[in-house]
Amino acid sequence: MYRALFSPDMFAELDRLQREMNQAFEFSPSIRGLSRGGFPAMNVGSTSQSVEIYAFAPGIDPASIEVNLEKGVLTIAGERASDLPGGEVKANVHIDERFAGTFRRVVTLPEDADPDRVSARYRDGVLHISIQRRETAQPRRISIQ
Amino acid sequence: MNEKTNEKTKVTRQEGSSARTDAALMPPVDVVEDANAIILHADLPGVSKDKLHLHVEAETLTIEGELDLDVPEGMEATHAEVSLGRYRRVFTLSRELDTEKVSAEFRNGVLTLRIPKAEHAQPRRIEVKVA
Repeated sequence: MYRALFSPDMFAELDRLQREMNQAFEFSPSIRGLSRGGFPAMNVGSTSQSVEIYAFAPGIDPASIEVNLEKGVLTIAGERASDLPGGEVKANVHIDERFAGTFRRVVTLPEDADPDRVSARYRDGVLHISIQRRETAQPRRISIQ
Repeated sequence: MNEKTNEKTKVTRQEGSSARTDAALMPPVDVVEDANAIILHADLPGVSKDKLHLHVEAETLTIEGELDLDVPEGMEATHAEVSLGRYRRVFTLSRELDTEKVSAEFRNGVLTLRIPKAEHAQPRRIEVKVA
């Protein structure tokens, strides 16, 4: 019955449409994704000396966040417990929008990021990771003699 | 000069410290109601305690916050999912809530509001008498 109503082609078509939409909004996604809409939301910026990553992960014990850097790939993983009451408590949930559960996000760093000079701070629910660039890669002014 | 750019970008920005834009992020919330109160949790990452503003006026609750991140000088954003500097969300409260006794806690970017119900509105067990 179900099959008769929706041919497999239709799902393939929907998939294709969604991919096209993603392509239209995201210019050139990295091979590891960094797609929008995940938790935590992330902002990435760079200066001539460093790469700055901001992960918006409120309500997490900073000690439980796992930040790993391996072969130029930065991984942020952890878990956020739900603030909603369990089944035994007599309460009504009216709105349930906040993320709960395990999360994991991956960022590919530029080649000149120095894995030995990384600092991570958690303040007001934002994890700020700063990775220094290798000195050889920094722009230098060459003086003419 | 300032007005000219406003026209172009359609952003209303006031001069001085109270820079405001119409566009704001809508923070995700959880709202739970038990017998005595309504509890609201809101995610406002990047807002420091003094940049968080809560207003209760008549039956309207407004949550507003401004992002306050440590951004090094000369940083260029290469990927931004949080692209606005403000959060704002408005709720309409109902009459049985006691807005005088709202308690708020703000920790690690999560706001927890507890709005108790007025005493007369709390559930009571009504005894049924047998005549």
